[in-house]
Amino acid sequence: MKPRQQRMLAVGLAVVGVAVAAGLTLRAFEENMMFFVEISDVIAGEYPSERNFRIGGLVVADSIQREEGSLDLRFSVTDTRCELDVSYTGVLPDLFREGQGVVAHGRMADNDLFIADKILAKHDENYMAPEVAESLGKHVQDQTASLGGRSSECETG
Amino acid sequence: MWKFFHQMASPPYFYRLAATLIPWFAIPGLILIAYGAYAGLFLVSMDYQQGDAFRIIYVHVPSAYLSMMAYMMMAVGGGIGLIWRLKLAHAVGAAAAPLGAAFTFLALVTGSIWGRPMWGTWWEWGDPRLTSELILLFLYFGYMALRSSIDDTAKADKASAVLALVGVVNVVIVHFSVEWWSSLHQGQTVFKKGTMDADMRIPLFAMLIGFSFVFGAMLLRRLRTEVLFRERRTRWVRELVLSPEGGK
Repeated sequence: MKPRQQRMLAVGLAVVGVAVAAGLTLRAFEENMMFFVEISDVIAGEYPSERNFRIGGLVVADSIQREEGSLDLRFSVTDTRCELDVSYTGVLPDLFREGQGVVAHGRMADNDLFIADKILAKHDENYMAPEVAESLGKHVQDQTASLGGRSSECETG
Repeated sequence: MWKFFHQMASPPYFYRLAATLIPWFAIPGLILIAYGAYAGLFLVSMDYQQGDAFRIIYVHVPSAYLSMMAYMMMAVGGGIGLIWRLKLAHAVGAAAAPLGAAFTFLALVTGSIWGRPMWGTWWEWGDPRLTSELILLFLYFGYMALRSSIDDTAKADKASAVLALVGVVNVVIVHFSVEWWSSLHQGQTVFKKGTMDADMRIPLFAMLIGFSFVFGAMLLRRLRTEVLFRERRTRWVRELVLSPEGGK
């Protein structure tokens, strides 16, 4: 082998080696790489019970209940298969509304209730003008009408 | 073909070529940015959910794109420099690093400013996209620190090329982070159909191409300085500096 080809091989192997090492590491820590746990997994009991974690999903239409005169709030979050009740006290981000993707940080109470200490709104990759959204019927109610209720596919753990 | 590459790699030839190329990058780039910024800020309708706040995308996405492209140029330059012993390729890395770091910083700052009202947070540790982009910034810092800590140019070139190549895996992670794992950051918009109205998308593409051209112009300018510095002991630089035009 010519020296140049040797160097080519060395560079190639180094890059591939680092990629494999990184891939294996990320795979091993897959759970920790996830920003949030899916609702279905929470319902199935697959969540860290000893520490706080994040859940992510869509706010179910007509599920938001506010306590008069306080910042207390209760709503349901769905991943279109399972639903979970969330309670929260505090200020909400601008994008928080029915049908919106949210990420909540907190812990599970025993009775199927997630007690959040922080709510973040998640934005999707779609951008459009208000008129376009209107003509597409992108109304919150329409979007999540089908998302309500716990579907038969939801398996509890 | 090979003759062309050899000619390109000859420092005096490249030094003159770069000077001719700079306006061809800078002028179209600035025109595209001027159009994109005006259209993005004033002509395009606001977003149905985010209102006017979405307009930061016209700076955020091109910056994030260049933060990754500059790194890839650095790594490819390093690889070519190591394999073919091409000094000019190493110079590309040296010239690109501060620019890449600047665009990474811009992407992080614009994202943070947008995240505060939209997500409800300036920064979230644990989000794979945010964290890997921050690591990208640190890689740039590491690359520049490593370069400046070694006096011998040839040694600095080799060491920093290895670092750049090792860090490529992070660029891959930045790009795919929103697909592989759940994240707060939204997924791909730019090269995906049906995610954005055409009249919103056209200024975004103008900004992407405009930013890239201006980046090219800045890179060429930095490369000329880099080449001049590296060749400071050669006859052509001496002749150039002492010539009546004084280094033009």
